[in-house]
Amino acid sequence: MAVAAGTAVLVVAQAFCLGDAISGVFIDGESLSDVLPVIGLLAAIVLGRALLSSAGDVLAQRMATRTSRELRAQLLAHVVRLGPVWLSGERRGQVATLATRGIDSVEPYVARYLPQLVIAVVVPITVGFAILTQDLLAAVLVAVTAPLIPVFMALIGMYTQSATAKQWSTLGVLSGHFLDVVAGLPTLKAFRREGAQSDRMAEVDRQYRKATMGVLRVSFLSSFALELLATLSVAIIAVAIGLRLVNGEMDLRTGLVVLILAPEVYLPIRQVGAQFHAAADGIDAAEQVFAVLGTEPATSGTRTDVPPGPVVVDGVSVVYPGSDLVSLAPVSLALEPGRVVAVVGPSGAGKTTLLAALQGFVAPSGGSITAGGVDLRDLDPATWRARLGVVAQDPVLVGPTVADDVRLRRPSASDAEVEAALRGAGLDPATLPAGAATRVGDLASDVSAGQRRRVALARVLLDRPPLVLLDEPTAGLDDIAESEVVSAVRRLAADGSAVVVVAHRPSLVEAGDTVVELSAAEVTS
Amino acid sequence: MSAPAVTSGSPVRRLLPWLASYRGRLGLGIFLGFMAIGCGVALLATSAWLISSAALMPPILTLEVAIVGVRAFGIGKGVFRYAERIVSHDAAFRALSKLRLAVYDRLAVVAPAGVPAYRRGDLLERLVRDVDATQDLPLRVVLPYASGALVALASVVLAFFILPVAAVVLGVSLLLAATLVPWITARAAADAERASAPARGAMNADVLTLLDGVADLSVSGAAPAWLDRLAADDRRIDGLSARSARASGLASFLGILLSGGAVVVMLLVAIPAVRSGELVGVNLAVLALLPLATYEAVVAMPTAALALGRVRGSAQRVVEVLDAVDPVPDPVSPAAPPSGVVGVALASLSASWPSGPRVLDGLSLDVGAGERVGIVGASGSGKSTLLAVLAGFLPYEGSVRLGGVELRDMRGSDVRGVVGWCPQLPHVFDTSVVENVRLARPDASDDDIRAAVDAVGLGPWIDAQPHGLSTSVGDHGALMSAGQRQRLGVARVLLGGHPVVLLDEPTEHLDEETAEVVAAELLRALEGRTVLWVAHRPHGLAALDRTIRLD
Repeated sequence: MAVAAGTAVLVVAQAFCLGDAISGVFIDGESLSDVLPVIGLLAAIVLGRALLSSAGDVLAQRMATRTSRELRAQLLAHVVRLGPVWLSGERRGQVATLATRGIDSVEPYVARYLPQLVIAVVVPITVGFAILTQDLLAAVLVAVTAPLIPVFMALIGMYTQSATAKQWSTLGVLSGHFLDVVAGLPTLKAFRREGAQSDRMAEVDRQYRKATMGVLRVSFLSSFALELLATLSVAIIAVAIGLRLVNGEMDLRTGLVVLILAPEVYLPIRQVGAQFHAAADGIDAAEQVFAVLGTEPATSGTRTDVPPGPVVVDGVSVVYPGSDLVSLAPVSLALEPGRVVAVVGPSGAGKTTLLAALQGFVAPSGGSITAGGVDLRDLDPATWRARLGVVAQDPVLVGPTVADDVRLRRPSASDAEVEAALRGAGLDPATLPAGAATRVGDLASDVSAGQRRRVALARVLLDRPPLVLLDEPTAGLDDIAESEVVSAVRRLAADGSAVVVVAHRPSLVEAGDTVVELSAAEVTS
Repeated sequence: MSAPAVTSGSPVRRLLPWLASYRGRLGLGIFLGFMAIGCGVALLATSAWLISSAALMPPILTLEVAIVGVRAFGIGKGVFRYAERIVSHDAAFRALSKLRLAVYDRLAVVAPAGVPAYRRGDLLERLVRDVDATQDLPLRVVLPYASGALVALASVVLAFFILPVAAVVLGVSLLLAATLVPWITARAAADAERASAPARGAMNADVLTLLDGVADLSVSGAAPAWLDRLAADDRRIDGLSARSARASGLASFLGILLSGGAVVVMLLVAIPAVRSGELVGVNLAVLALLPLATYEAVVAMPTAALALGRVRGSAQRVVEVLDAVDPVPDPVSPAAPPSGVVGVALASLSASWPSGPRVLDGLSLDVGAGERVGIVGASGSGKSTLLAVLAGFLPYEGSVRLGGVELRDMRGSDVRGVVGWCPQLPHVFDTSVVENVRLARPDASDDDIRAAVDAVGLGPWIDAQPHGLSTSVGDHGALMSAGQRQRLGVARVLLGGHPVVLLDEPTEHLDEETAEVVAAELLRALEGRTVLWVAHRPHGLAALDRTIRLD
């Protein structure tokens, strides 16, 4: 704001200095030494403008990086609250793009578009007022035409908005088609269709180019109108000044001042239009961020004490929002310390959904889950999850090393404890390239889901939380490893944990004190 | 006028031929751009002359030409700008189409082993974005730079005819504004980019880990620590980008100083010239306003330099594809492919993916014509690599004979006429089911296709779709499950009718019951063909003639 006001004042002062100096020499026959003070002032003004502009740039950039940093932090914190169920499917990729490149594109919006918007309001008004003090006619002309620019832009914008959207979608379709074909090239080659596709691509490209150009002819109209208004107004003002000068109705100094000031009214408004294109992505990204921030998490209780007592699942059913498929038909069970509940049922019966509900990642559509008589919905999610140990079907190792990962919950655990936990989970550290210190990144491609499940199980064994949730912990393991895991499960229960284990294989089902069967029959409604 | 930012590294230069093939249209675009900016300069210069002349109160007729000129320039600027944008976008899109085809054609030769992008989906996506990004080269680099430079040159010539020394003042200021300022801007951005690239990479990796591991992190209470870690990543990037913000601040400081300073110096040299009679008084205002008017010619150049920096990275990656070496070049005098039922004989076969570890080492195996062999082994034991060799996608050492003909002696496309390959993750195109299957045999009838999809157990699913076989499957087959996509890939090789069929985990992603049914049905449909069936689960393997283990 201060930068904009300062710029406006200096622009006006610069015009007056120039008008003084030129008319002084040309009309009044002054010499260089006569106008030297004015030229000195002009030099100082130029220096001031340059300083102001660069300071504005630096400040705006600083504000922009701070804004993007805060947006990113808020977005990610909220995504964590929304949890893995919300984040699944296509959304993961969308959020990843939004959190990285998307939020980066907010910076041009904050650093360039917003300051320019302020300048586009402050400078034209100040300069217009300065013109008014010199020449009423020019001031009226400016006052009539300058506001027309935003009005015209809005009108044409409304008209071209659908055209512009269409343009971006055709471009998007085109590069989407290219990606589709390129990604499918090995398949096309396998069936010797790569040559035929080349001709088709040329044709598709040609059609889209035609369509896009048709759209652009319309959408470039807005900048055409803008440019025409701005320059034609200056031309009309210049001619009007010239005609009055000829008739002696105006002096040269005034004429020059108005001529120099007139383009300065339109310049900032035009630059807003130019910056808008750079900022468009940022606006889009910001809207997406706010849409995510406005999404309610599945659980958002605040109670931070969990009374002792069993965890009771009472008639819990789950229907995911936007779906009419019942993902979990009503189920009831009680989880008590020292007892293992085995959950069985065909795929699609909702076994994993039940575990997600127990973790508070999805809210029950019917029924309730209570811990010591308190509804899960009233509990602070972090407090509740601190009491859980979970081995998901496809756990993610966050590293950097296997040992770090096992220590996630208890960073203070000793190396010996970590190794014991790994062995307890059926994963001998000696079989890893660098033992427990192996970097998970080095494993990534080699470590099977089975091995990652065992690392996740080691986390649980190290921490021994009150409630343990295991999702098919023996899938993909051979018989020996399987029996190690089964005995680890029994040991957890013996140490006082309540255990829920989703099981396929008979040996794991047998480890359960109770067996709960989810049926697929009720699932497809 | 020299434009050092444009005469840059070789990747960008390699893209110039694509632009050159549309040099007529681009030249017209540059000319129209020149006229648009030129009208702006001429408007202000003519107006200054008009006003100065008018102040002497001459007969109005003497001003008539200037008045018409001012009005014409006022209208011309918008008209020329509009025409320039249409012409230049058209040229840029044409050049882009041509480049896109060239990239496709090269990829069609070298894919999949010849480019790393086929090992990682995100690289492929980036490549497509890179190809799109090269349109910035004509639109945001060449055009603004060329038309701006022409206007600057014309203005200097104009100034020379008014007062030679004024041409020097204007020329020096414009030259600096066109070279030094863009150079500082581009360097600052490149420095920041280089300095922050590792930090950005680290942050992106941390973001992905957080998103992938959100369940594990939340449950283990480590999520807040990860968020702190990401905030620290971000602060580090901020610190690095603050330096570049100062440099771009310096660039905008210099930009204004150069145009404003030129006005001041111009007055200092022009005023004595008026006194000495060397300069006509009416032209004083013209000279004083020229630096302000020509500012528009150079104002877009820093942005152009930035765009060039971005294009350079994209161009580099595009050129890498254009230069990619065919890992399996066709032989000079190709052998004729075998016909009839074909057996496969491997002798001390070794192979690896380019720059990958050697996964196949000295494998020997004889598969008789019409024999069906299962291949099992731990992940990384080379099962999929073996199939890629047999499909003619990978170079190899040792010997691979198809029906007695050495594979490397045949043309790649001839190999693939004999060998039908269904990869582990078959690509499903964004079109209908029927077109997706038909690509295996373009002349196949709808009945043939129906038979193929029935044989892989997709029949009931197709029947449940509102448009049956014509149902669209969405981007990457998004509307199908992983198991359905897998089976669609198998349906293709069934339809293809190849004598040798390679199946890479065809029943993956299916529950056990369905897997058994599909496997049995599939083997019936493949009766009489030679089959290599890679699996890590035993479904269907029992019905094969034998199973070997790779380790």
